Amino acid sequence: MKNYFKYMAILALGIVSCEPELENSIEDGDFYTRGEADFSNYVALGNSLTSGYADGALYLSGQQNSFPSILAEKFSAVQETGEFIQPLVNDNAGGLLLGGNQITQNRFVLAVGANGPSPARYTGAQPTTEVSNKFAGPVNNMGVPGAKSYHLLAENYGSVAGVAAGTANPYFARFSSSESATVLQDALAQEPTFFTLWIGNNDVLSYATSGGSGEYQLNNFDPRTYGENDITDPTVFAMLYRQMAEALAQNADGVLVNIPNVASVPYFTTVPFAPLNPADEDFGPQIPTLNATFAPLNQAFAFLGVPERSVNFATDAASPVLIKDESLTDISTQLTEVLIGGGIDPATATLYGMQYGQSRQATAEDLLVLTSAGVIGSVNQQRVQELIGLGLDQQTAGQLSVNGVTYPMEDQFVLTDSEQGFVESATTAYNIAISQIAETNGLGYVDANALLNQLDNGGISFDGGSVNSDFVTGGAFSLDGVHLTPRGYAIIANAIIDEINATYGSNVPKANVGSYGTVTLSQDVQ
Amino acid sequence: MKRLFLLSLFMLAAATTYAGGYRVSLQGQRGLAMGHTGVAVVNNAELAFFNPAGLVFLENKINASVGVSAVFSDVVWQNDEFGQMARTDSPVGTPFYAYFSYKLNEKLSLGLAAYTPYGSTVEWEKDWPGSHLVNDIELAAIYVQALASYKITDNLAVGGGPIYVSGSVNFNRNLNRTLSDLEGNRSNVTIDASNVSAFGWSAGVMWSPVDSLRVGVNYRSEILVEAEDGDADFENVPNSPLAPFSDTQFDATLPLPAELSVGVSYQLNEKWLFAFDYNRTFWDVYNSLDVDFANQPTERDSFNPRAYEDSNNYRFGVQYTANETFTLRAGYYFDGSPVQDGYFAPETPRNDSNNFTGGLSINVTDNVAIDAAFLYSRFKEIYATYSPDPSEFPDYEGAPFGGTYKSSAFVPGLGVTIKI
Repeated sequence: MKNYFKYMAILALGIVSCEPELENSIEDGDFYTRGEADFSNYVALGNSLTSGYADGALYLSGQQNSFPSILAEKFSAVQETGEFIQPLVNDNAGGLLLGGNQITQNRFVLAVGANGPSPARYTGAQPTTEVSNKFAGPVNNMGVPGAKSYHLLAENYGSVAGVAAGTANPYFARFSSSESATVLQDALAQEPTFFTLWIGNNDVLSYATSGGSGEYQLNNFDPRTYGENDITDPTVFAMLYRQMAEALAQNADGVLVNIPNVASVPYFTTVPFAPLNPADEDFGPQIPTLNATFAPLNQAFAFLGVPERSVNFATDAASPVLIKDESLTDISTQLTEVLIGGGIDPATATLYGMQYGQSRQATAEDLLVLTSAGVIGSVNQQRVQELIGLGLDQQTAGQLSVNGVTYPMEDQFVLTDSEQGFVESATTAYNIAISQIAETNGLGYVDANALLNQLDNGGISFDGGSVNSDFVTGGAFSLDGVHLTPRGYAIIANAIIDEINATYGSNVPKANVGSYGTVTLSQDVQ
Repeated sequence: MKRLFLLSLFMLAAATTYAGGYRVSLQGQRGLAMGHTGVAVVNNAELAFFNPAGLVFLENKINASVGVSAVFSDVVWQNDEFGQMARTDSPVGTPFYAYFSYKLNEKLSLGLAAYTPYGSTVEWEKDWPGSHLVNDIELAAIYVQALASYKITDNLAVGGGPIYVSGSVNFNRNLNRTLSDLEGNRSNVTIDASNVSAFGWSAGVMWSPVDSLRVGVNYRSEILVEAEDGDADFENVPNSPLAPFSDTQFDATLPLPAELSVGVSYQLNEKWLFAFDYNRTFWDVYNSLDVDFANQPTERDSFNPRAYEDSNNYRFGVQYTANETFTLRAGYYFDGSPVQDGYFAPETPRNDSNNFTGGLSINVTDNVAIDAAFLYSRFKEIYATYSPDPSEFPDYEGAPFGGTYKSSAFVPGLGVTIKI
């Protein structure tokens, strides 16, 4: 009798420890195959897009949803892998401190204001990530926000001392192995078995986001002489990129990701070129006066053989903003002369000549940057003061200083057609180089350019909906209009996984796009 | 005796109930050992549950039966497209029963019963891939019933009585697949209601056309547990008017479906008894678990489509009386799932199962016997999805969810039968 109960107890315990098991469990070692690739030590190199940067800042949950982090998680289902270490920041506020002073801004959140939901800087917490408090490396995610192609090879780019001087990058300074180490050196020192390289975006992007305020450094082969907003020469880009990819490919497999055309991201596609609505209470009633004011100017433009620079505001349709286009011939002097000849007093004529010597109304080909949204139609106070300094009364100065209406939108707010031409030509050249380098080194090649174009033209669907490039609502882009949401990064990760599986004959599982979030809501803003 | 009964009831009432779906067929160790048959078996006070009509056929004046089972049940889920796997970590469930009958005269017996025919506890890992459907759920319902059994003729009796139910529910899920607060913590809601009262009844007939054969029919009514003003606790909701969720009250109705049992038993000789039962559980009533939040417009209430359909169980049992001390039992039943294609929710991950039972009774004295039983439930591994048909459930907005599931359950149980 006693024995019976004993056996019963043993039987019970035996079954209890016996959990349900699947016939084909993914935990069985051979469920997924790695093919020819070895994911045991994956290192990601790149810029902000690799780091998980989003919403205008690098913050904790963004990093946790970076595409390299998503990839590493999927790699770990395929084979035994080392821990994927990311240089995580301290908080979800974003923003960096240097010596206790904040040097980069907090993240954006989506806040509901008087005019509905719009992005705003999060103010619910102070940033706590101190650059000089080094993150003990090595780190597997070597994405450095702000880095251009040549920065990955630049000595002292990770120097804490150089951050204050503006010669080094605070994000790399946080985890660089030494003051002089380069990103590539620190990556190679980890002896990666697999890598991704997505670099070159900033070589065109900073030019574009600055409204083309830099130069296209075509045939200038010395990046040390480049300004912050310049476009890198494609020959230099190809040479440096090849150097990096070959060094990495020597002992590792990997995937190269190409450069999306900036015109496909919401930072450039959100603000319409013709936003001036006659139904607007402030703008509408002014239209007759404005057209009367511009009438003599338009006559002068016609006289000077540039009627395309005429300014007209329609009463039955939205009108394009007035912009300054630096690619136009500066006709300030001639314009002034013609206006004086037309009977306008010399002081006003000189002022008009200066103000409209390189101006025109925008066309559908011009891209207004996201930051122009808050500027168009408002009075440019700096310009008002300048004009008062030139002897105008307050009222007239104010009337001539309305951004995009009477005062041409400054260069930094508009990426004109010709500026886009430089960006496109450089991007195309970079992508040809990347594709050839992938080919000659037997590496995977992901066409992120095509992917982002697809997001901008119809979107990409997943099991619970679809994502596209629409600002705020589209789901793919974060609130800075350039960087992706976790869902957008998951789409990138899946494209890379597809390429890995095709190139290396592996069978890496995908990311479930619908379970990655989009924009973050908060009212903790100013 | 009465004290023992009340004491047991008191002690066990605090225990949680459980099973791998939410109908828990563990209402008597003797019946369970025989495939949970019993609608036409006259054996002990377990008749109070299986068929109260039979109570008057019990030989002794006083009959009591109490018992408890330990349910070890878990589920594993995986999605190989995304390389995901999750396991439940459900606590051991302890459903119980306590039955008592007293023969007033040759024609009439009165009884009292307490049992837990419905209940479920499933705990997935917090924020697992199906967390928008369920993180964890605990349903419990304790039935307390007063009974009368009346012998119309020597071979025909009827019985039944009113049922009082005390139910509780605690259910946590994430609001959707992605919503989180600024720190990345997933937004979720817990609904909690306990001591929800409801009433129902059961009634049965038992007939012996010949001495060796019994036929029984028993019906237990549907009981709707209507939770009113339960607590809804929203956690990690972002601070935004775009996510207007705050702690509130809720109303919801959880149906405990009716069940019809029909069965026969045949006493071959002094040693062998065979039994067959058929159960139909009227799950069709469970169409959707709708949670109506007090401070939310209808479109932001929680809709959880279920679309269950009536299910059938087929039960077979055999009893062998070895000697005066030992009685051995074995059984098998097929448990049909009420869950339909496209509605396989991980909160009740239940597909059809084949169930094997066994057990024995030991007569310690003429008045006291110990009853032991075990149940092993074998579930097939299945690929199943939860993707409610939008034409049937237009209010449901959740994303589809699927994967490969495999459940297991092992249930040992012990009881005591007393007859005086």
